[in-house]
Amino acid sequence: MSDSPTGQRKQTVLLLLLAVGMFGFAFALVPLYNLFCEVTGLNGKTSARAVASAPASQSVGREVTIEFLAHVGRGMPWEFRPTQGRMRIRLGEINETTFYVRNFASQAVTGQAVPSVTPGRAARYLHKIECFCFTQQTLDPGEEMEMPVKFYMADDLPAEVSTLTLSYTLFPVPDSQTTGLEDEAHVAGVTPATHEGHADL
Amino acid sequence: MIAHAEDLPRSRHPLIRFILRWVLTTNHKEIGTLYLCLSFTLFLIAGAMAMIFRLELAQPGMQFVTADFYNQLITVHGLVMVFGAVMPAFVGLANWMIPLMIGAPDMALPRLNNFSFWILPFAFFMLLSSLFMEGGAPNFGWTLYAPLSTTYGPPSTDFLIFGIHLMGISSVLGAINIIVTIFNLRAPGMTLMKMPLFVWTWLITAFLLIMVMPVLAGAVTMMLTDRHFGTSFFEASGGGDPLLFQHVFWFFGHPEVYIMILPGFGIASQIIPTFARKKLFGYDSMVYATVSIAVLSFIVWGHHMFATGMPVEVELFFMYATMLIAVPTGVKVFNWVATMWRGSMTFETPMLFALGFVVMFTIGGLSGLMLAIVPADFQYHDTFFVVAHLHYVLYPGAIFATMGAVYYWLPKWTGNMYSERLGRIHFWTAVLGLNVTFFPMHFVGLAGMPRRVVDYSLPFSDLNLVSSIGAGILGLTQILFLYIVVKTVRGGEKATDQVWESAEGLEWTVPSPAPHHTFETPPHVE
Repeated sequence: MSDSPTGQRKQTVLLLLLAVGMFGFAFALVPLYNLFCEVTGLNGKTSARAVASAPASQSVGREVTIEFLAHVGRGMPWEFRPTQGRMRIRLGEINETTFYVRNFASQAVTGQAVPSVTPGRAARYLHKIECFCFTQQTLDPGEEMEMPVKFYMADDLPAEVSTLTLSYTLFPVPDSQTTGLEDEAHVAGVTPATHEGHADL
Repeated sequence: MIAHAEDLPRSRHPLIRFILRWVLTTNHKEIGTLYLCLSFTLFLIAGAMAMIFRLELAQPGMQFVTADFYNQLITVHGLVMVFGAVMPAFVGLANWMIPLMIGAPDMALPRLNNFSFWILPFAFFMLLSSLFMEGGAPNFGWTLYAPLSTTYGPPSTDFLIFGIHLMGISSVLGAINIIVTIFNLRAPGMTLMKMPLFVWTWLITAFLLIMVMPVLAGAVTMMLTDRHFGTSFFEASGGGDPLLFQHVFWFFGHPEVYIMILPGFGIASQIIPTFARKKLFGYDSMVYATVSIAVLSFIVWGHHMFATGMPVEVELFFMYATMLIAVPTGVKVFNWVATMWRGSMTFETPMLFALGFVVMFTIGGLSGLMLAIVPADFQYHDTFFVVAHLHYVLYPGAIFATMGAVYYWLPKWTGNMYSERLGRIHFWTAVLGLNVTFFPMHFVGLAGMPRRVVDYSLPFSDLNLVSSIGAGILGLTQILFLYIVVKTVRGGEKATDQVWESAEGLEWTVPSPAPHHTFETPPHVE
């Protein structure tokens, strides 16, 4: 508490630094949020990486229902649907299903699928060994394809989860950005682990 | 200093001298006046928008405006009221009163003060001009949610973004000025715990401003880069997350709510003891309550997002944290009531506004508690109940407090007493208009009428008509207020230096009207 001009200048500079720091903090919230979601599985983010292979524990647990949803993002000229709507699966067992896509545009289109799990807390127990969402897909005009997902549910899935939903949204990838999601995401300052918004539901 | 009108060359034309005097002024009283005038102008503009959409909502069906223009109006109404009416009004009062209340000759950084004011007219010119642009003004609500504001926002969104940057710079610089003034320029003997509560609440508000306005600036900067520079902060297809926007926005947004109410708490704490003729009950607890509200405001933002699919543990955390805020707020309300207990109360206009503030702000606080309850919030979310709640906290909270402050200090500013009779008429018509407008919104909201929709189903018709009639009354009271203030500025019964019989504080020791320069030699506080 000084009334000397230097004391005032020091306080002014400190307060300005605080403001600049808070501006930076807003951007720091982006990786913090993604880290938080990755650790806790909030928001239904699933891991963007494949797990090595089989479940760690060999025990096979109770049965749960998993439902599949597929959406296309704005401007995506594809038909996209799960080949089966739901499965009864056992925890710890490896399962496989497919999603059907067809490009009805008159030129080749590249798409990127973004997964999301509901309830969010189940996301971290879903391990994908193989998933079309790990890479971009390019389909020629009229081309159709069945894209596989290979996954298992960890057997420590909380007991109150008996049904979960795995949902994918397919977004168009502009030609300039077809090099791979990861690079682009790093430019954006965000990690590639993704979660779909409500916009296209 | 180029500050003083008398320093300008005499040869200039009187009109140029007049303009330069206000453009170049570094006097805290003149800058305070500028802030208050700008704030009231923007208040009338944003209020006129409310008149248009209340007219539209008076009947179901589409009458006067298109759905898109309706969305533009509610968006710009919200933004201008928050950033243009409420915040500059409080900054104006701070400029006028803080140096007078702590015995300082001026603000610590007078030129910065001039700069922070003169940014604002340009910021709002940018924002308001978007209404006349091709594609229309921003139409996604004042909360600017992505992807509505990024992927789907009209081109004018960029003007809004730069407008918010300018407002943010203005607020942060103003807040720095206030903090440095309070820390350095207090009269000898005025320790922190002797400061008037208006000064205390503003000190805390200023810290909140410095902490959160840059976060909003960061959020809109991310919006800007998402819109034009190929980033994907909020774009799911590029690896971003639209929900992240809501987290960043409300991390700013909830402290912002307290930025708009804490100075109001301070004003009520000045007015009530004066007219109850008693010392403020529980001064220390008022200070601590203000600090705890400010601290808690940083950990409750999630209660704006209960419906986004949060895990139940997170919802519980935000619910309990939110309810915790009711404790310090309750302390304040009880302290005001205890101050009045067995006081020799009189009911001049400032006191009426302060009492209206306490009573009706409490109504808004209680509906806030209802909204804090997670399972109930799923019903209330995005309905007119929320609109009723936020207007009950903001209108009686921020606007009544500001108007009470204007009536309270106007005799000190102008040297003239306002018309007590007109002041009372103003108060009672405002109370009537306010409750007739906003109270029915609770009911239509509980019955399920969604907010931000231009049309509604028939069963809501009657109550919406009532709301619209109330809005008309409320609109007219603003004209009456303007008339009363202009009349007082132009003349009237002369005010004494003391003005109010039992008013305490340094501001009442200077002559009425307060001369251009005060406290050039600091007073001594024992």
